[in-house]
Amino acid sequence: MAPVIALDRVGMTYAADSGLVEALRDVSLTVEQGEFVALVGPSGCGKSTLLRLVAGLRAATTGTIAVNGAAVRGPIRAVGMVFQAPVLLRWRSILDNVLLPAELAGLDPKAHRDRALALLELVGLADFAAKRPAELSGGMQQRASLCRALLLDPPLLLMDEPFGALDAMTRDEMNLELLRVWGEAGGSGQGGVRKTILFVTHSIPEAVFLADRIIVMSARPGRIAMVAPVALPRPRTVEIRTSAEAGRLALAIYEALTRRVAA
Amino acid sequence: MTRLTRAFGRYGPSLVLFGLLLVAWQLAVSVLGIREYLLPSPWSVVEALTGGDIAWTRHIWITSVEIFGAFVLATVVGVLLGTAIAWSDIMSRALMPFLVFVNTLPKVAVAPLFLIWLGYGIVPNVLIGALIGFFPVVINTAVGLNQIDQDMLDLGRVFNAPKWRVFAKIRIPNAFPYILSALKVTATAAVVGVIVGEFIASQRGLGYVIITTQSSMNTPVAFAALVWISILGLLLFGAVAALARYLAPWAEGSEQ
Repeated sequence: MAPVIALDRVGMTYAADSGLVEALRDVSLTVEQGEFVALVGPSGCGKSTLLRLVAGLRAATTGTIAVNGAAVRGPIRAVGMVFQAPVLLRWRSILDNVLLPAELAGLDPKAHRDRALALLELVGLADFAAKRPAELSGGMQQRASLCRALLLDPPLLLMDEPFGALDAMTRDEMNLELLRVWGEAGGSGQGGVRKTILFVTHSIPEAVFLADRIIVMSARPGRIAMVAPVALPRPRTVEIRTSAEAGRLALAIYEALTRRVAA
Repeated sequence: MTRLTRAFGRYGPSLVLFGLLLVAWQLAVSVLGIREYLLPSPWSVVEALTGGDIAWTRHIWITSVEIFGAFVLATVVGVLLGTAIAWSDIMSRALMPFLVFVNTLPKVAVAPLFLIWLGYGIVPNVLIGALIGFFPVVINTAVGLNQIDQDMLDLGRVFNAPKWRVFAKIRIPNAFPYILSALKVTATAAVVGVIVGEFIASQRGLGYVIITTQSSMNTPVAFAALVWISILGLLLFGAVAALARYLAPWAEGSEQ
């Protein structure tokens, strides 16, 4: 079976006001079905760009990108995206925001209503389905945006610093929630298979807590500096987050990052 | 706090000021003995509001129709042009310089041309009102349609949504508060345009009433016409504000 994501010597250069910017250089990476892969790196290392290349929202300058064995030549289908900001439509209720993907895809939103409500229930927003985004806290809005990404049950989730704008406590809470949803929604997903997640973050502890594997990227041009498998057991708990093993791994990644930045 | 005291807290100060000005006006006229054709007393203005020798109903009706027509025309043309500009870069590049040029014209100075082209009647006045009022609608429509988070547009692309669907689901609702706030400006501008039109070329309407008082020195009637014009303007403005609360309640307070 082909890996869900396969990047082969991907490079990306774009024109900015200050001239050509090389965002990514020679990035090769595969992500297997059901894997949770975190991308960490300093800001401006091109990790968000990498996510958009995988989604087909931007084009690579060199190299090839394939999703489920098919070369990416435009926006890919069957993908859920979560961004750093919740980007909810402020005139729609939470429920109607969650149903937006169905409407955009030209499907009947009524047929997805039950699933939308079940997803909102899953993240504890059942009572807020009829509210407008402005009536919810940032963390609750981001939960709604996660439900929106999951509505059409995509086998692949691309998450771009989804909890980066939240306060530390809400963020920890959301991490547990995401793992729970990943497990539960994965079990109920197409063919009962677990979703594949590519998760961009600038928080090392977050990456360690969530991922099966961490890709450490160096500063511009973004290259892969280190690949760190995370051997921590699942399900991940608060105890695991604060364990010595998690701490050691976080330190190793931190050192890899600072060494690269200094070099 | 009861509803009444809250309402007074909000409108009280301006009502008190308004009342004081009226009293000062009445006092100034009667104490200083200012003659009626220079400054009529508030009371004689009130009497003139329904004064017998002017066919108020007819003039108010004509001006109302013109203002409404100008407002609707400016809205329709403005929204269509704004949408065209937001729809494609080529249309934007084609239309914008022309629209900016039209907007820099002193539109009042164009008004006499409308008389030559269209003659007397309602139509030229409607057109002048629309011409003065349409530009903010164009700009705000285009801005509102384009002020969309790139991430949101990416969502549209990921779900393979055709352009018209992104307009229908995302861009147009997003533009509502922008358009409605432009319409508040347009409501005022339409009144100005219509009255200017009536000054220049008309035998009916409140603007015409004001012009005729120049020769008759019937100043209370001019004041009364002013009062009627401002009532029409306030009604239209209030209707737009109510429409905004109804169509875009989520934008209350953020867009004024």
